[in-house]
Amino acid sequence: MSSIFLRGGLIVGESSTAVGDVLVVDGRIAGVGDVGEVPSDALEIDASGCWVGPGLVDLHTHLREPGREEAETIESGALAGAVGGFTALVAMPNTEPALDNVALVSYVLDRGERTPIDVAVAGAISVGRRGEMLAPLAEMAALGVRLFTDDGIGVQNPALMRRALEYAKPLGVRLAQHCEDELLAGGGSMNEGALSSRLGLVGRPALAEELMVLRDIELVRLTGGAVHFLHLSTRRSLDMVVAARREGLPVTFEVAPHHFTLDETSCEQFDALFKVHPPLRPRGDVDALRDALRAGLVDAVATDHAPHAPELKDLAFDEAPAGMLGLEHVASLTFEALGGPEASAVAFYALLSRGPARIAHLRAGDQRVRHSAHGGSLSPGEDANLMVFDPAARWTARSSALHSRATNSPYDGRELVGKVRATIAKGTLVAFDGELA
Amino acid sequence: MTTSIRGDNLLSLDRVSKEAIVEILDTAESFVEVNRRSIKKVPALKGRVVASLFYEESTRTRLSFETAAKRLSADVLSLAVASSSVKKGESLRDTISTIDALGIDAVVLRHQSSGAALQVSRYVPHVRVINAGDGLHQHPTQGLLDAFTVRQILSERAGTSGLESGAELFRGLRVLIVGDVRHSRVARSDIAAYVTLGCDVRVAAPGTLLPVDIENWPVSVVEDFDEALEWADVVGLLRLQRERGSGSFVPSLGEFTQTFGLTSERAARLRPTTIIMHPGPMNRGVEIDSKVADLPCAVIERQVANGVPIRMAVLYLTVAGSKEEVVL
Repeated sequence: MSSIFLRGGLIVGESSTAVGDVLVVDGRIAGVGDVGEVPSDALEIDASGCWVGPGLVDLHTHLREPGREEAETIESGALAGAVGGFTALVAMPNTEPALDNVALVSYVLDRGERTPIDVAVAGAISVGRRGEMLAPLAEMAALGVRLFTDDGIGVQNPALMRRALEYAKPLGVRLAQHCEDELLAGGGSMNEGALSSRLGLVGRPALAEELMVLRDIELVRLTGGAVHFLHLSTRRSLDMVVAARREGLPVTFEVAPHHFTLDETSCEQFDALFKVHPPLRPRGDVDALRDALRAGLVDAVATDHAPHAPELKDLAFDEAPAGMLGLEHVASLTFEALGGPEASAVAFYALLSRGPARIAHLRAGDQRVRHSAHGGSLSPGEDANLMVFDPAARWTARSSALHSRATNSPYDGRELVGKVRATIAKGTLVAFDGELA
Repeated sequence: MTTSIRGDNLLSLDRVSKEAIVEILDTAESFVEVNRRSIKKVPALKGRVVASLFYEESTRTRLSFETAAKRLSADVLSLAVASSSVKKGESLRDTISTIDALGIDAVVLRHQSSGAALQVSRYVPHVRVINAGDGLHQHPTQGLLDAFTVRQILSERAGTSGLESGAELFRGLRVLIVGDVRHSRVARSDIAAYVTLGCDVRVAAPGTLLPVDIENWPVSVVEDFDEALEWADVVGLLRLQRERGSGSFVPSLGEFTQTFGLTSERAARLRPTTIIMHPGPMNRGVEIDSKVADLPCAVIERQVANGVPIRMAVLYLTVAGSKEEVVL
């Protein structure tokens, strides 16, 4: 019988907080607040001054396996996630080959089970993510897949997207869209505007994203199918989806840490570490995302953790692949965006745990296979997936200290406030103070 | 803002000051004389090694740089990547590190990607990097040799010397840049040079070949190309970059010629003193009519000739260049 005793933290519930203890016994939360007798062999963690909330859930992780194991594996990504505070990751299907069938989904789920945290899978919407034919959504749904996406690229063909929504709706699954019209984005490598023009880089206009957001909102209205909008990056995209949600349409959205932390001027030195799709936007959009986070309008923060081998990020800007790491820094960056010392602990766990768990169907009682429950209310009896966060810690991000196989983090040298202190997954301490436990 | 390129890299003409440009032009002036000697060589860079690294095919720019380096007595390592075994996809960092291991003082880089020269300058901070054209971004020595050519012609006409005139002859000079501004590194460098030197610069192009943010550029867009030809003191034509896919930016080459080509009929509107320039290689019959290219006011070969002293000046200033050293 293994147990963990978290002493004296600020316990962050769904809408309120209270100082108290948390006792974990045999994979479940055994007591909260006044926990009574603590087993003598319990691992005790001093959580005073820290927040104790549900383990983080990432809706958007590129684990690269199979196909790009030099950049990341399911295991290395899961460990990086554990250090970053995550107890569950949703693996994106743009592997090589793509996760578009039962065999490959099963492979990733099996490998995921050998890691200390939960690895869920998002299946591809179309065969090979080619945007031509529907992938076997129902078969993959039977394995517990609840999100489908061709991420890396959006479903370009509106007729296919409509058909996918009609097919997905009765299955009770959600489609997640990478919104960028590739014809309009036209091979660009950074945000289109005065800066791209001066740098001689072909731009990806904001409109390429916004047109697809608009299109998919209308397809949701037409079909009643649910869409989760991945990594929205512009003010207008947010405005449209927030308005659609207020109308009662089944839409949700996430924002990625790089989009609310970095702006397009990061590209000025042609360093491909800062190349990402959708691209880093002007300061006005970055501020709009931060405002939305603080206003409680965002459903989830998701990393779009995208490992790439170093030699690929040494290519010229327009030739290098898009994407950057995020798992190990997102908690601190979200804390910073929420106002640092003024950040709301409830909002923090809503964005990084409870919101994404709801979208990914990873909560207790959600129809699922193989996974423990995430994003809970911290009540006795729940699966013990917890994250302890120290809001007062100050540290410096170092790419050399990452647990990912890849090092393409854009945050090297950045001063951060707030740090993941401990990650407890399925009742076991898996990471402590930036290191694997 | 760069106030002198001495001992520095030359990656862009963006944010290079008027004094810095005039210093380069004046230095080039002294090298023109060297090029007229029977023994066209000075020992300024004797013992220095200049690598020329061309990822894109280029005849004139490469020959021009290598000639310039040799006339300064530098040793030249020439790697034509486009036709060598370096495959696309090898990292720029690996290639430059290999060459650096041979011991070089400067690298002249031509690359199809914007920003490649700046990236290389990060990989080998102890080596001077000269951008010989990067993607759609910059081609600084072209901008410099164009300005140099204009100053040379105007000072000859004024009966003065380039050295004496400094930047004076550029003040209010009416420059019209025509064609594919959006995809042109030459346009970006030319406009930076001309505007910094005090010219009034206008551009003429179909809407699709103007930069997306043209309203932010320090130029105006002409409404009537034919009228603008009468206005201009200098007409700088740009190559229609077919290889960059700009073909789909105009309905046809024929239509481009009809609307923005310097045809014989249009050339008749030019004042006899108007200077016609083209960075080459020309698409004769597309952006410029063959007959127009051979008019006396078309100074295309002179541009090529001036490439050598300009590149000598750039190599000299960047590689030899502490402020104390005296020219020659």
